[in-house]
Amino acid sequence: MNIFVFVKRVPDTESKIRIDREHNTVIEEELNFVLSPYDEYAVEEALRVREAAGGKVTVFSIGPDEAKVTLKKALAMGADEAVLIKDDAPEAYDGLRIAKIISRLIKDKYPDYDLLLFGKQSVGADNSQVPAMVAEILALPQVNVVTKLDIDDNQGTAIREIEGAAEKVSFPLPAVISAQKGLNEPRYETLKGIMMAKRKEIPLISLQDLGLTEEELLPQLELIKMDNPPAREAGKVIEEEPEEAAKKLVEFLHKEAKVI
Amino acid sequence: MLLVYIEVREGKIKKASLETLSEGKRLADEMNMETAAVFVGSALDGLASEAFSFGAGKVYILDNSLLSQYSPSGYTEALFSLTEEIKPKILLMAATAMGRDLAPRLAAKLDVSLASDCTQVKVNNGELEVVRPLFAGKALASFRFKSSPVMATLRPNVFPLAEKTEGTGETIKKEVDVGDDKVKDRVAEVVRAEGNELDISEAEIIISGGRGMKGPENFDMLRELSGILPNAAVGASRAAVDAEWIDHQNQVGQTGKTVSPDLYMAFGISGAIQHLAGMTSSKFIVAVNKDPDAPIFKIADFGVIGDLFKIIPPLQEELKKVVEE
Ligand SMILES: Cc1cc2nc3c(=O)[nH]c(=O)nc-3n(C[C@H](O)[C@H](O)[C@H](O)COP(=O)(O)OP(=O)(O)OC[C@H]3O[C@@H](n4cnc5c(N)ncnc54)[C@H](O)[C@@H]3O)c2cc1C
Ligand SMILES: Nc1ncnc2c1ncn2[C@@H]1O[C@H](COP(=O)(O)O)[C@@H](O)[C@H]1O
Repeated sequence: MNIFVFVKRVPDTESKIRIDREHNTVIEEELNFVLSPYDEYAVEEALRVREAAGGKVTVFSIGPDEAKVTLKKALAMGADEAVLIKDDAPEAYDGLRIAKIISRLIKDKYPDYDLLLFGKQSVGADNSQVPAMVAEILALPQVNVVTKLDIDDNQGTAIREIEGAAEKVSFPLPAVISAQKGLNEPRYETLKGIMMAKRKEIPLISLQDLGLTEEELLPQLELIKMDNPPAREAGKVIEEEPEEAAKKLVEFLHKEAKVI
Repeated sequence: MLLVYIEVREGKIKKASLETLSEGKRLADEMNMETAAVFVGSALDGLASEAFSFGAGKVYILDNSLLSQYSPSGYTEALFSLTEEIKPKILLMAATAMGRDLAPRLAAKLDVSLASDCTQVKVNNGELEVVRPLFAGKALASFRFKSSPVMATLRPNVFPLAEKTEGTGETIKKEVDVGDDKVKDRVAEVVRAEGNELDISEAEIIISGGRGMKGPENFDMLRELSGILPNAAVGASRAAVDAEWIDHQNQVGQTGKTVSPDLYMAFGISGAIQHLAGMTSSKFIVAVNKDPDAPIFKIADFGVIGDLFKIIPPLQEELKKVVEE
């Protein structure tokens, strides 16, 4: 079983997002970058499939040199290989760009695979686009937002989350799967894993190596303005006997919020 | 033409699709464009009239028995064959579970970029401009499109439904041809959670509980409250979900669901940044917490300092009184 996992380096979810209004970018200073949480579920699932069926797990990231830290984390968890596709372009919040890079990479350099694993969404861009776009470009079946995955030979079954229910999908491999919280509980890195990851070489591939030109990859979404959302103002806070508090709360719901 | 994809689940049109159609119609009018709606599946007769009454001038029905159940690749094929033929300038979908799955696949097939989960759409100098939250709502970004057709998904519960009219129009039914090999990811079965509760992403009122609820049995108190209110569902913080007091389908926040109900009530939730990320776009926020310094009070429209176990019983009584009136 040849498994590829795609992981992204993102600011951790606790980050306060400060915006450079002149350039419409997020100020990276003081941000703590991590492996995107949903991608962690994807890495864990890859390791579990490998443990059950044998094979190899290779982790890929598209991003700046600093993304190596993210790849090292996946290696320390137990991935066999990691590859960085070096891309210094600023975040464009455009899933198509990343999907084109990934698809070209797979077609030209890594055509031998059984399973492509992603996170259901990258923290920050919050796009939920790349996995489905890659699946279309490579003409593969897709199941996104997966909370349960079973692989049996060349066949997979996945449960995907929808509103108030779940969809069960059976599909042939190779396929694209994206991970949702609940799929598994990611393991911690072991000391041995961390030492191994340290020593491991991470090969670099450039966009030129993939024969991709800047023109082809130019974002088709033009970011014209970025801002923090208007702050929510604190409203009224009361502290009274429960009966009185309940009365006032219901009055608020009825008269002001008008929801009842 | 502006084309809106209309999602059907169990023979019923999704409300979020009607919201998207309502907004689409408003935009199309402003841009002097025709509004059309498209359905995909089989046995969809009788649904077109609802699309007309929410503003569609034309309804396309793409029929194929292979598509009776959702398949992202199959639905993409069907929609692509239509867009190749009618060349819409703008293509909108609701950012539901299906929309988030289908729209990017179709966008890749059309070789266009997609703006996901937009919360505002406007016309500026004759061009569409969208606003979408980034970083779980900690930033808002405006985008213009360089590719055509323009493609966007709209967040459910954000755009108002239009007044229903007696509209009619032309229904165009097409047998679409999708090969069996194109539907390798067809849904085999829809598994419903027991109780068939309303999903938080579709609820107009969310009653949420956190670590302050103390245990799973106490979520019944919240279920009772939500039972009194119309279109209400029970939500939770990650702390409550991680403790396995409630299913993670109910989790609100950065790694749960982003919700924007008319009313969000937080019981025993401190208001960590990852929780706020999922609910600050709610229209009204109420918080009940015994800690006066809980960060949730900084964003609540109405806060009650106190013990939730003492407040919920009289609250239930008061609510019943008002609702019964
Ligand atoms: C990567 C990552 C992702 C995360 N994603 C999410 C997410 O999606 N959603 C999410 O919610 N969290 C998320 N978190 C966790 C988040 O940081 C908080 O830990 C979590 O939201 C805390 O939940 P809580 O408010 O229920 O618990 P606490 O912070 O422990 O708060 C409990 C509150 O209950 C109050 N209380 C206790 N007893 C009573 C009583 N009797 N009456 C009234 N009030 C009472 C207390 O005063 C306190 O304010 C994430 C964290 C990380 C690192
Ligand atoms: N720069 C990237 N490098 C590697 N994988 C990525 C990158 N961006 C997105 N992905 C993958 O695509 C998933 C969905 O991302 P998105 O479409 O940006 O929400 C992520 O969880 C990753 O698995």
